[in-house]
Amino acid sequence: MRINRRTLLISLAAPVAAPFLTKLAAQSAASGNDTVLIQNATILTITNGTVKGSILLQGGKIAALGEKVLAPAGAKVIDGAGKFVMPGIIDCHSHIMAEAINEGTVSVSSMVGIEDVLNPEDIGIYRALAGGVTTANILHGSANSIGGKTIVMKMRWGKNAQTMKFEGAAPGIKFALGENPKRAGQAVATGLAGVGSAPRYPATRMGVEDVIRQAFNDAKDYKSIWATYNAKLAKGEVVMPPARDLKLDALVEVLDGKRLVHAHCYRQDEILMLIHVADDYGFKIRTFQHVLEGYKVAKEIAAHGGGASTFADWWAYKLEANDAIPYNAAILVKKGVLTSLNSDDAELMRHLDKEAAKTVKYGGLTETEALSLITINPAKQLKIENRVGSLEVGKDADVLLYDAHPLSNFSKVEKVWIDGHMYFDRDEDISNRTTKDLEKKALIQKAAADQRGPGGRGGATAPTPQEEGNNQ
Amino acid sequence: MLLLAPLALATPHLHAQAKGTWVLQDARVVPVSGPALEHGTVIVRDGLIEAVGANLPAPKDGWVIDCKGLTIYPGLIDGLSNWGLTNTPATAAPAAAGGRGGGGGRGGIVVTAPTPAPVAQQPQTQSRGPEDRPSTASWIKAADQLFPNDRAIEANRNGGFTSAVTFPTGSIFSGQGSVINLAGERAGDMVLADAVGQHISLRTAGFRSYPGSLMGTIAYIRQLYLDADRYKLGKSIYEKHPQGLQRPAYDRALEGVLASPRILLPATRNVEVERMITFAKELKVNAILYGGHEAWRSIDVLKQAGTPVLVSLRYPEKVADSDPTLDEAERILELRDKAPTAAGALAKGGIKFAFYSDGVATPREIKAAVKKAIDAGLDPAAALRALTLSPAEIFGVSDRIGSIEKGKIANLVIADGDLFATSTKVKYVFVDGGRYEPPVEEAPARPNFGGRGGGRGGPVQ
Repeated sequence: MRINRRTLLISLAAPVAAPFLTKLAAQSAASGNDTVLIQNATILTITNGTVKGSILLQGGKIAALGEKVLAPAGAKVIDGAGKFVMPGIIDCHSHIMAEAINEGTVSVSSMVGIEDVLNPEDIGIYRALAGGVTTANILHGSANSIGGKTIVMKMRWGKNAQTMKFEGAAPGIKFALGENPKRAGQAVATGLAGVGSAPRYPATRMGVEDVIRQAFNDAKDYKSIWATYNAKLAKGEVVMPPARDLKLDALVEVLDGKRLVHAHCYRQDEILMLIHVADDYGFKIRTFQHVLEGYKVAKEIAAHGGGASTFADWWAYKLEANDAIPYNAAILVKKGVLTSLNSDDAELMRHLDKEAAKTVKYGGLTETEALSLITINPAKQLKIENRVGSLEVGKDADVLLYDAHPLSNFSKVEKVWIDGHMYFDRDEDISNRTTKDLEKKALIQKAAADQRGPGGRGGATAPTPQEEGNNQ
Repeated sequence: MLLLAPLALATPHLHAQAKGTWVLQDARVVPVSGPALEHGTVIVRDGLIEAVGANLPAPKDGWVIDCKGLTIYPGLIDGLSNWGLTNTPATAAPAAAGGRGGGGGRGGIVVTAPTPAPVAQQPQTQSRGPEDRPSTASWIKAADQLFPNDRAIEANRNGGFTSAVTFPTGSIFSGQGSVINLAGERAGDMVLADAVGQHISLRTAGFRSYPGSLMGTIAYIRQLYLDADRYKLGKSIYEKHPQGLQRPAYDRALEGVLASPRILLPATRNVEVERMITFAKELKVNAILYGGHEAWRSIDVLKQAGTPVLVSLRYPEKVADSDPTLDEAERILELRDKAPTAAGALAKGGIKFAFYSDGVATPREIKAAVKKAIDAGLDPAAALRALTLSPAEIFGVSDRIGSIEKGKIANLVIADGDLFATSTKVKYVFVDGGRYEPPVEEAPARPNFGGRGGGRGGPVQ
């Protein structure tokens, strides 16, 4: 539905050929824990205004920031004249890196976790970096009333899945309301459940509420069974251990406030429903995701203490996503809701900065407020704001260098650092494309020659484009 | 040249179940466990290796085979196999089993008896969660499912394979593997070790039945191990206090998990290697990875974990008739290009590995795939080890098979040259001290008899 515009944005903002993993991105650009000083730049700190001056990245952290910062010995100095520096973008809703999205066979799938299926080699990571994203919340899909466990990742391209995890970030879980979780309940369904498969409860919004309530009833029982067992055990009684249940373990963590709930939703009625359910069971909804009708219930969301993570202007892809307005984010902000913009999509993920810009036009947010939607606000929603989300001394050196103001439609991310390591460099990307192309061509030609065999006429001579085509 | 025996054998097709004494003289002996002997003798008595050495005095009661110009290797072992689990006898008449019906087993009518559901064929009920024990047959043992007349047994024995670590497959918990010898009239004769590990696959059932996703499958495996821990604890408590406590319900799925000394986890890509190593650590199990085609990228992590790898001899191929305009990712092209280098990289990294057939149909093709790994940099001695002593070590039977050493089971292959050279012919195979003589004629490639169905499409030229 946004193809034309997206195509345009890709050509402006995203590199066409992405380097092949570790070799280039990690070994050359991202090598070394650099001490980097960016001078003469316009520094958008987000939390402490704009500084014309320098920022020093050292030991993985922001070591200094101000009008004048002396370059330590051995520091790499970058002239930032005419350029802009801002904190790395944080995407509160993404599915990149996940080799599975939905455990759609059951409507409560809190036993599964994205953590188990991360693919640190997903090219989407590199492309997200090119768009300035340095941290992303990777979520389970929306097929289930209670979906799987989520995980916060840093885009440390070239590292393994364990190393890319955002250390210490609070664990999360996906909930989903409305059409998606009830769709599998309809016998001849399209999309999620194939024709011929048995319908799955629930089939209505009422049923979704019931499923969530029942799950938390079970979780409360489970918690008390374990409490009883542990009490008896402490008294030295001989007791049979109760069963551990991974599904209920995760829900007990929600009840205990240890696991953050990210709830996919669209309509105001289902948003209010979930607030009531959470209030009844004594937990919080950390973020309402998508939340396209959030502007109708912004007060209630704020009163609950929930956050909102929405789109700037992506809607109407289904009935429940129809009553949407581009002012949603701005209204939520003005009503006191902690609000962010997310991507939910590998392509949109590459231009979240431009999404933020739309809230300046629609709703009149200040530039800082707009940029907060993709930096400090999602950081707070994920409870990682002590580490990332703004440029402050002592925070992680997750830093972007832009060639122009990030909210300009014509600006591009030039360099990206995470923990002070450079993970993306546009110049290097461009200069490496020829090498990468040749590398790939060589592989294709070798495979073609192998297929023809030693007796074939291939081997040493390069095939004509036509031959090459025939052998692919 | 062949026989200097006291008297000629009654039939060259002797199905040598009966144990006897054999003196294999003047051969090049490659024991794998030590240096080769240029003019060595191997004495086999009653199924075991009685002696190995140079200038051994021949016992008076033995059949002597002059092996001048021949090389004796330990019998080959398929590190992860389905041989013996398919009821596809080579010939029509059961009486002729072991004979060759005129054409290397191809003669006669091939009877494919209706294969009784081999393993784990559970009723296709919809599973709603781990408590339904979906796709689980952990209690099943390959040793209890053997078909001694599976034609894969004879065909691969003729190529020099004397043992296989054969596994039920096709489920998440597919069941327990057994080390079998590739000869025997009764299934029981073939079994060397009945329960050497649990085969795990990460299959999913789509949206119809739990688990329907990779993460669901992983979560299910995790839950089953948690359940097994509690089951074990509950049983031990009940044993001590049978009165006044409710008894834990018997659970065959958990019995199977607890009876498995190690588990086999699939890992072809580097990402999967890292994922499965992390998972195995969490489960606190002895893990073996199978697949291994991208292991050349995983050396450090494998080394650190000390996890052995079973390397598939079915290399990834471009799907036949795939879209010619398809622009494949460089990673995929590179994986195809470098898969044969995986074994060499593992050897250099000092990581324990073995080869497995993975549905490659004939010994000829298996050896061709091994040759490919050698051409890609694998030391030939390491290649031989990966088909003999290494799989024996990985599955805990190296005290019985895998090398030519005194006291070990007499599983031997005698060839007229280097085992992996295309021109080399296998002259004799000894299994449990019984002598088998492969047909002299060049056996043409056989049709595929039941590949593992690993899901990457069949072999493509």
